[in-house]
Amino acid sequence: MTVESEVSAESGPRFLTKEMRKKIEEITGRYPTRRSAIMPSLFLAQEEYGYLCDEVLLEVAEALGVPEVWVYEIATFYTMFNTTPVGRFHIKLCTNVSCLLLEAGSLLSHLEKRLGIARGETTGDGLFTLSVVECLGSCDTAPVMQINKTYYETLSAEGIDQILEELKARPADGGREGAPA
Amino acid sequence: MMEKVLLKNAETPDSHTVGAYEASGGYQALATVLRDYQPDELIELVKESNLKGRGGAGFATGVKWGFVPKDPALKKYLCCNADEGEPGTFKDRAIMEKDPHQMIEGMILCAYAIGAETAYIYIRGEYTLSIQRLEAALQEAYDKGYLGQRILGSDFNLDIYVHCGAGAYICGEETALIESLEGRRGQPRLKPPFPAIEGLYASPTVVNNVETLACVPHIVTRGAEWFSAIGSASGPGPKLYCLSGHVRKPGLYELPMGIPLRELVEEHAGGAKPGRKIKAVIPGGVSAPMILESDLDVCMDFESLAAAGTMLGSAGVIVIDDNDCVVRVATRITEFFAHESCGKCSPCREGLSWAVKILRRLENGEGKEGDLEQLDFLCDGIFGNTFCALGDGAAWGLRRALQHFRDEFVYHVEKKECPFH
Repeated sequence: MTVESEVSAESGPRFLTKEMRKKIEEITGRYPTRRSAIMPSLFLAQEEYGYLCDEVLLEVAEALGVPEVWVYEIATFYTMFNTTPVGRFHIKLCTNVSCLLLEAGSLLSHLEKRLGIARGETTGDGLFTLSVVECLGSCDTAPVMQINKTYYETLSAEGIDQILEELKARPADGGREGAPA
Repeated sequence: MMEKVLLKNAETPDSHTVGAYEASGGYQALATVLRDYQPDELIELVKESNLKGRGGAGFATGVKWGFVPKDPALKKYLCCNADEGEPGTFKDRAIMEKDPHQMIEGMILCAYAIGAETAYIYIRGEYTLSIQRLEAALQEAYDKGYLGQRILGSDFNLDIYVHCGAGAYICGEETALIESLEGRRGQPRLKPPFPAIEGLYASPTVVNNVETLACVPHIVTRGAEWFSAIGSASGPGPKLYCLSGHVRKPGLYELPMGIPLRELVEEHAGGAKPGRKIKAVIPGGVSAPMILESDLDVCMDFESLAAAGTMLGSAGVIVIDDNDCVVRVATRITEFFAHESCGKCSPCREGLSWAVKILRRLENGEGKEGDLEQLDFLCDGIFGNTFCALGDGAAWGLRRALQHFRDEFVYHVEKKECPFH
């Protein structure tokens, strides 16, 4: 089933643009079932909007012609999908064993202090969200964090301060948090 | 030292491009197979090489391929498991970032052997550079006629698609990977039926790890005999070992299967940091129980490590020195498994979060009498009673930590403090 919806004044705010719907249709061509296209479609939407609000989930379900609950369960099961807003820079600090052994725990405290927020929170200016994540697969360069899509390795407290300053100075048209590639 | 096989191109400029790969002999194996081999002959060759899966379970790759029904009317699928999430592991990322065509050629060869015309690379979403490199490499392979219709003029067709995971460790388990690829929550399926009979979209499916597939072109080019003569006879070949934690030279090392763990840690990774002594080593990612320093002479192969009460797993070697606390490490590992439990079965879902509560209590100096016995009881209740290997790995590792380092745990309970922090 192909869903070709037009943006109309009556239907209220629409999140999936014509281009995005076209891209979603293209993605469905990779799989024998439309259900398989849910994850890539959610990444596409998250790339655009930074997080997945309920309306986006409903529109993805409608575009794919699948039950809404199928989309909702994917958005809530997988940790890389944000169902609440995140800051412009989403800091994901690894605290798994290899990083823990090289004192990622004290880097977490440092980040919390520097940003004035606890893990899982976003700064008041909407610039930073701080998350703790599981292994990022860069254990030989521990401690490691990923900010949006970029890896930062062999971290120290001083190094983190520099990175934060550099990000704060970055012009506001930088990339959004969202899709993996 | 063994010549580099899987990492031979890693330091070459533009090693991720098709030009660099071809210049090193890449895609010759594909040309040879399409010219000289029937699919069954390729399966036999891989069986003869005795290649065992590098994802963790160590199942014989050729045997796995041989389980796929031959009926040409059945649609078959290949999934490359690039969902490298085992803490302490970063080998597949290196292959995908530095030499993605090696893995892609391995996939094409596998697809030819099992008769698949569609393949997916299920890759963890965090691996942004790997994803970019794979997408670019696939495009190059299409442009060169290594993928698509009538590959290299043969009647073999194959399409490969990249599918990004979204942060669930459990999707490294092959049936959870299949569920996820079908657009569901990543929860393991009951086996049998095994994927080779009924996998993706209820069709015969092979799921192979990145490093496993990357071995295949070399087996074709240099022969099964050459491959099976490298390292351990029971599970031979070149192997990527990931060294991290308290060592002087953490990094990725390519060495033969079966190298002694002590040689790996002390010679290649430079041993403990100045003034420190190694206390324990996790040999195969956090699903593999830690072993004591006195057991480091064990060889890094499936059988030797099993005999030592642990496993090769993903060959993610994490070194813990005498300045760190095993209770802290065990707590963090159990937190990881509790977080990544898919929630399908009670022993794993409830047992692990219960164990985390107790472990955190110990770490915070609030341990109570009976806590260690309760942890023992939970391990017994989880191990062997879960739907998939996630719960087993979690309980196995915790149980071994409790056995090996009972004194440290007892200290936390009795003194109500950590002797290290």
